[in-house]
Amino acid sequence: MSDRSRVVRGVVASQIVELPPFSEFLEEHRGTVYRFLMAAVGPHEADDCFQDTFVAALRAYPRLTDASRLDRWILRIASRKAIDHHRAAGRRAIPSDELPERPALPGGQPEFDGDLRAAVSSLPPKQRVAVVHRHVLDRSYADVAEALGISEEAARANVYQGVKKLRELMG
Amino acid sequence: MKATMKTTDLKKLGGGGESDQRSKAAAAQIAGAAAEHGLLDVALGVFESPVGELLLAVTPRGLAYVAFEEEERDELLSRFSRQLSPRILEHPASTDEVRRQLEQYFEGDRTRFELKLDRRLMRGIARDVLAATARVPFGRTTTYGALAERIGRPRASRAVGNALGSNPIPIVVPCHRVLRTGGDVGGYAGGPSRKRRLLTLEGSLPATRTP
Repeated sequence: MSDRSRVVRGVVASQIVELPPFSEFLEEHRGTVYRFLMAAVGPHEADDCFQDTFVAALRAYPRLTDASRLDRWILRIASRKAIDHHRAAGRRAIPSDELPERPALPGGQPEFDGDLRAAVSSLPPKQRVAVVHRHVLDRSYADVAEALGISEEAARANVYQGVKKLRELMG
Repeated sequence: MKATMKTTDLKKLGGGGESDQRSKAAAAQIAGAAAEHGLLDVALGVFESPVGELLLAVTPRGLAYVAFEEEERDELLSRFSRQLSPRILEHPASTDEVRRQLEQYFEGDRTRFELKLDRRLMRGIARDVLAATARVPFGRTTTYGALAERIGRPRASRAVGNALGSNPIPIVVPCHRVLRTGGDVGGYAGGPSRKRRLLTLEGSLPATRTP
């Protein structure tokens, strides 16, 4: 983050934050957001979620009051989009060759055939997003918590449970 | 036989280098989506002109800025961010009409621009000076002093010069048509050689003087 984007100028009765041009912001964060979405929603849905994320960001951008940690901000939006997407996808039941047929046998162990991506996509959304923040983006538990709007303790628990389930699924 | 999953195995789900390529393509789509949602406040485009590459900034109100290539892009964008809106993205399609008219102008097929202008980057006296400048027709010239008189500030020819030097929309608002009394072309934000080139194109200077 450049010093310039931290500059805050006092204005009568309010403060105006000096935001970098959105083009610069997009260029700086596109790679991280995309990696997050590739892991959290998969390659087929990443483009749509990416667009939803940055359009939502653009909508709120001029009203931002803190330009110091825009990386956190955009990943928080992306996390919401990834979770919303999962819910919407559940309702629509999008057919996708990326998600292999999972036998819905009650009590039966689904066969994931070693497919890590499929295993990750089977996690509950919050756990999945927490695991991706922690182990794909290498973020701190404080950042995971902030991205999901939960406590740090809950963030640790979500990552722990998620990884545990993945280990079970992957054998 | 399955290997035990290690958390480092999860990294590859991020897509590595492929993600960077894909993110670039996805980022290029954002401006179009922004325009559709009415969220593109400053659209940037480029026009390759005979006086060098021009950066164009178009807002919903109209053309706000024409930059010559030596103007520092980061500084310009920061200024747009402060004075117009931080919702700035490259979106050449939004500048199509400006580019079309510029092309006609440089081809000699257009003597008058018919474009909406966003005058927010003109401050103070510059607004009046540039409004008067916009009325100097193709193929004609005026002087700093005459312009000062026209805006009712006959002794302000220096201020007029400064205002012209700060013109955010050169070529379209034809500050190159304002010369020094006595015929010297005088200064130009884009440099005197560009000014001579534009005046030559308009027939106000003989063609032989073009470098």
